[in-house]
Formats: sequence, structure tokens, C-alpha cells
Amino acid sequence: MTRNTDLARLAESIFADSYEKDATGLDPAAWQACADAGLTTLTAPDTGGTLDDAAVLLEAAGAWAARVPLAETDLLGGWLARAAGLEVPDGPLTAVATRVPGGDPSPGTPGGVLTSDGPAVSGTLPRVPWGRSLAAVVVLDADRVLVLDPATAAVTEGANLAEEPRDTLAFSGTAPLATGTAPAGAGAELALRAALARALLLAGAARGALARSIGYAGERRQFGRPIGKFQAVQQMLAEAGAEVAAAAAASAAAARTAQAAGFAAPETLFAVAAAKARCGEAATVVARIAHQVHGAIGFTREHDLRLVTTRLWAWRDEDGNEAHWNDRVGALALDAGADGLWPLVTGRP
Amino acid sequence: MRLPELVPDPVELPAHLAELRAEVRSFLDAERAAGAWTPRADVWLSGWDPGFSRRLGERGWLGMTIPVEYGGHGRSALERYVVTEELLAAGAPVAAHWIADRQIGPSLLRFGTEEQRTAFLPGIARGEIYFGIGMSEPDSGSDLASVRTRAERVDGGWELTGTKVWTSGAHRAHAFFALVRTSPPDEANRHAGLSQLLVELDRPGIEIRPIPLLTGAHHFNEVRFDRVFIPDSRVFGEIGHGWAQVTGELAFERSGPERFLSTYPLLAALVGELTAQDGVDAGTRRRIGALVTRVWTLRNMSLAVAGALESGAAPELAAALVKDLGTRYENEIIDAARLLCAVPPDPGAEGGFARLLADSVLHAPGFTLRGGTNEVLRGIVARGMGLR
Ligand SMILES: Cc1cc2nc3c(=O)[nH]c(=O)nc-3n(C[C@H](O)[C@H](O)[C@H](O)COP(=O)(O)OP(=O)(O)OC[C@H]3O[C@@H](n4cnc5c(N)ncnc54)[C@H](O)[C@@H]3O)c2cc1C
Repeated sequence: MTRNTDLARLAESIFADSYEKDATGLDPAAWQACADAGLTTLTAPDTGGTLDDAAVLLEAAGAWAARVPLAETDLLGGWLARAAGLEVPDGPLTAVATRVPGGDPSPGTPGGVLTSDGPAVSGTLPRVPWGRSLAAVVVLDADRVLVLDPATAAVTEGANLAEEPRDTLAFSGTAPLATGTAPAGAGAELALRAALARALLLAGAARGALARSIGYAGERRQFGRPIGKFQAVQQMLAEAGAEVAAAAAASAAAARTAQAAGFAAPETLFAVAAAKARCGEAATVVARIAHQVHGAIGFTREHDLRLVTTRLWAWRDEDGNEAHWNDRVGALALDAGADGLWPLVTGRP
Repeated sequence: MRLPELVPDPVELPAHLAELRAEVRSFLDAERAAGAWTPRADVWLSGWDPGFSRRLGERGWLGMTIPVEYGGHGRSALERYVVTEELLAAGAPVAAHWIADRQIGPSLLRFGTEEQRTAFLPGIARGEIYFGIGMSEPDSGSDLASVRTRAERVDGGWELTGTKVWTSGAHRAHAFFALVRTSPPDEANRHAGLSQLLVELDRPGIEIRPIPLLTGAHHFNEVRFDRVFIPDSRVFGEIGHGWAQVTGELAFERSGPERFLSTYPLLAALVGELTAQDGVDAGTRRRIGALVTRVWTLRNMSLAVAGALESGAAPELAAALVKDLGTRYENEIIDAARLLCAVPPDPGAEGGFARLLADSVLHAPGFTLRGGTNEVLRGIVARGMGLR
């Protein structure tokens, strides 16, 4: 399968055009360009876009530290609304899961509690991604799906390590824009979708950190030559390269598995769990090496390395960290036992 | 912000390969149930069993990518990949045919003469002809271009003098490819003047001396040539092109499943030990999960390289990355096995966890050396990323 290189080029050109290293919050120009190009609804049923395409797009977004909630809108909020038979609102979306039955939400996933009074709901949703900029937040609340308008909430602004908005939305007697019934397994699928999206973004940010580091090592001179000519520096960057390659392979394989088998399939749980854990591990190594190679300048706000390394640090803990997902993989492995382990790794025949 | 391609496009194994995989699995299950062999670690170095190799040959699982006219099976590299990974994961004894099947067959197809192909390929595909690799020398390891074994022109062929070392399986192999100097070294072009000769190891003037491994087992050898006559018909490829031929083979050699599965049987045994206990704590589960996450990722990377090779690319950078990451991973399994399951390694046990652990520990130093050390591979990666 060849990957969608046209899409990669389109995405990179949008993100490169609107790249502004000191800005934070949603990037309206990039969002508009993405919306015009159909990238904000890439995997909607009528567009023909696949999860493999979404993988290409999100990886590019991660590499460029793009300030657009593409994953949240298309893969999470848009999907959840559609899955509940609701019309997908226009504009930036996020999905939040509260009170998932039998669900054990991933740590680092937005949650919260809502109470109902007739059709109206009240309650607080903490750390909602991009909360202040959303057209709607799509909430999976036990067995129903609510579409809420953040404009009706009191917003307390917050951020993750990368200064991406993670806002607290407090609703008080708000009538939902729409209400529907959640399909079975929606909570589990939402958690997997979020982890997959985050893994792809991590893989992209890792690539971005490596690309910046290689570029820097070719320019920065000490002892009369570029530091990239020193074997110790080369060895570090090669190690980072292996981690970037691992993150790319793992996240792409998970997207492909989800596309081929669907999110309910056991092999998708395994692949997405493994990918998020592996990308989180890669994030740690790549960020460490990128900063070591950059010296003190990378430790400042002047340099744009921080845009990707802070995302690596933030995203590895969002939507389930390595401990959470490795635990899931470990449980599957122990269930499979000595003889079932290899079939688990190769995908069930 | 451009980066070279670090890992080729992902590969989806065609659905019909599931059938092939199932056949291999049931063959291996039957062999194990009959006690034909015991799963071991690092089988592609140490599991020498000509009977097993012949049985694989009979089933059409050797020489899979060799064309039918040469006794092979004309199948795809991905089909071969599936068979290979199943054998390694099962810890089956594959060492006898390993080098011949993995690299000599493809090399003969690329560079061999018609006569050489007919002479060797059918035996390789039957699992009856075994090869070694004669590259390293006492003073030429990482710096392979410095080899000193020299071949001098004589009537009808070449006369070979010098010493090769670390030659796995030379004492049982029928032949090996020797990288030799056919013209004096040229400091301006260190890769010039090297050639490959196909040396049948029963020729007069060859002395093969064992060099025991840490386990005491005999796999390594020193191979000495004292004016050994090699006829022109055994010149491999072109005189003077040895370096290009050798490096062309490396992507095949470096990225296969043997670069991350050497200790997989130990991981499976560890999982077996843990499932026999009641209740596994969260820390242990996570550690197992992390190991499984890694092997799954490596397999996807390695498959991507195999897919690229199949489509004619030479992903040297990606192959080096896979080998660096994969061989370090083989060591991670050992540490986890030691710490999660406090069973002392037992080199005298017949098989099972304690024996797998013992063999793995004693074989581990080789993982990150053979086929080019990790430090040297990272140099290749650095060059591929534009740093050199
Ligand atoms: C299990 C096993 C099987 C083998 N089988 C075969 C075989 O069948 N046929 C065969 O020909 N060979 C075989 N080899 C030999 C193998 O190819 C060599 O061991 C390898 O190329 C390293 O060479 P060396 O051992 O001489 O180490 P050296 O080259 O002496 O290296 C020693 C150390 O120095 C480091 N080093 C050297 N140069 C550099 C550099 N430029 N930059 C950074 N670090 C450097 C190395 O990474 C290593 O850590 C086998 C080796 C093993 C372990």
C-alpha cells in the first residue's frame, strides 16, 4: 500500500504556511484552510477518506505542531455524534466521556460528571481540549450522547505542557443542542480512537523533533566543525532516528488495523494499545536527545524546538500513558499464554 | 524540515498468507509434539539440524524465492518472511540452512554464473547444501575493507592465502564466500581491488580450527588458506567488484526477523511461567506489555523493509535502524526474564525457561555484533540522515 503522498503534501503546505512559532490557541487560518480542503471531515462516510489518510494528516499535524483540533473534530466528536444518529455540527469539535458504563477511561482523557434535570444538564467537564474554541462538545454520558454548546458554559482556561487549550467547562441547566442514544461499545471505541489519534500526533512530533535536531546539528559549529560531525552526536541522533521510525511504524500499523478490522475487533485493541505505548516511549527518548543536541538554546522559548518537545511530553500522558496501555497489552499477552502470544503478535490468522 | 524516509511504507500481508502460516504452525506443532527438537534461543546461530533442514526443503520452505528452474519455488519475499518468522518464533533448529537460504541463494541469482546456479541452488532449496560467510579476519572486523587475505592470479584460477575468523558453521558448511584482495590496497580507494570467491571448504590447503563460544559450543571457526587453488569457475561476480556485491547484500542480511526474534522463545517461556502463577501484579503485566509492544512494532518495521526489498528498493538506512533497535530489544527480553521470574539460568537443563535463559545470556553479546556492530550501523544511519 502506498501512503497518500498528495495528502501529506497538502497538509504540510497548509501547516507550513500558517506556522507561527510564538502563537498559541487555535490557528484560525490553518483551521479554515483545512476545512476548505475537507480535512476536518476526512473520515466522514461520504468523503471516502480512510483511517490511513487520517494517519498521514495527523502525523503531519504533529510534525508541524499545527494548532488545529483535527483529530478531536473528525475522529472523535464527529464520529461520536454520527454514531448516535445526530447531525455533526460545523466547526471545531471535541468528544468527552462521562460515566462510561463498565468503562475504565484511559487516564489523561477528558471526563467529568453531568447531572440531568429534565432535558437540561449541569456539571463540570475538566480539561476539555480546545474548549474555548469549540463549536460544540459531544459528550458520551452513560448510554446517551449529548451535543453541548460551550458558549452556554462558564469557561476556565487551562493548558497542557504544550500550551494547547485544556479548558474547564461548567454547565448549569443547559439544554443540549441535540441528544441521541449511544451505540454499544461507544466508550471503548472512543478511548481507542483517542489513543490512536494521539499516537499518530506523537509520531509526527517525534519526527519534527528529529528533523529540527538534524538541521541544527548540521549548522551549529563547535571546535571548528558542525557538531553533527562528532560521532557521539551522530550516535545519539541515530538512536533518536530508530525511535522515530518505531513510532511511525507502530502508529501507521495501528491505523491500518483499525481501518481493516474496525474498532471492535480484538486485534485493533491490541494494535492501538501497543502503538500508543510505543509512541509514548519513543517520545521520551526523542525529546531527551533533541534537547541534548540543541544545547541551551533548545531550553529557551526563543527556539521552536519546544513546540514539538512540549507536545511529546504532553501527549504521552494524554489518552492513556505507557503504563496504562502496556498494562492492556500485558493482560492480553498473559491471557494468550505462551502458545497464544505469537498469534497475538502476528494478528490472528 | 525534511527528513529522509526512515521506514518504508507499511505492508499488508496478502490474505492468502494466513494459510501458509497455518501450515507452518501445524508442521512445527507436530514436530515439537514428536520431540524432534526442543525450542532454543538464538537458533539461527546454534540450532544445527540437517534432518530438520531437509524436512523443510521437502515441504518447499527453503529456496522459496529461487525460481523453479533452479529447484526453488518462485514465491515472494513476503511468503518467505512468514515461514522464516514462524520458524524463529518457535525456536526451531534452522542454523544449517540459514546462511545458504537467506543470502547465498539471492546472491547467486544476482551475481552467479549459470553453472554456479545449477551447481548450488537446487541443493540449497532441498536443504542439503550449507554455506558460511567468509568476511571477517583477525584484523578486519568493523573495518571490513581492510581485509588482507589475498588471491593471486595463477593458471586457470586464483591462489588464496590468508586467514578468516568468526566463520559460523564453517566446519560443517560445504562452502563459503570469501571476500579477498585481488589487487594491492589503494589508500585513495579502499574499496577497490576486492573480490568474492566461492570457496568449497574441502579443497586442499584449507585448515579449519574451532573457536569455542562462551557456552563451550563449537560454531565459530578460524579458516586458514595456504595457497589454496580456486578455479576461475568459482570466481563470484566480477573481479574487483567485491565491495559493491557485499554491501548490496546487507539490506537482506540486516533487517530480517532474526534481528529481533533471537530471544523470542525466552519471552514466550516467560509468559508461560507467569501464567502458571496465580495473580500477576500490575508492574509485571506492564513490563510484559512493553516487551510485546516492542516486538509487534519491530515486526511491522521489519515487514516494511521486506516489502520495500520486494519492490526493488534498497532501504539501507531503514535496515540499519531495524537491526540497531531489534538487537538491543533481544537483550531487553533477557533482563525482564531474569527479573520477573527468579529462576537461575541452567545451562545443563534439557530445555525450558532455565535453559533458554542460560543460552540467551551467554549468546547475548553476539546479537549487537554480528552483521555489523550497532555503533557502526548508527554511523550508517547518521550518513543516511545527512550528517556525514
Ligand atoms: C555471533 C557472531 C557470528 C558471526 N559470524 C560471522 C561469520 O559467519 N562470518 C564472518 O565473516 N564474520 C562473522 N562474525 C563477525 C562479525 O561480523 C564481527 O564481529 C563484526 O563485524 C565486528 O568486528 P570485530 O568483532 O572485529 O570488532 P571490532 O571491529 O574490533 O570492534 C570492536 C568495538 O569497537 C567498535 N568500533 C569499531 N570501529 C568503530 C567505529 N568506526 N566507530 C565506532 N565504533 C567502532 C565496535 O562497534 C565494537 O564495539 C560474527 C560475529 C558474531 C558475534
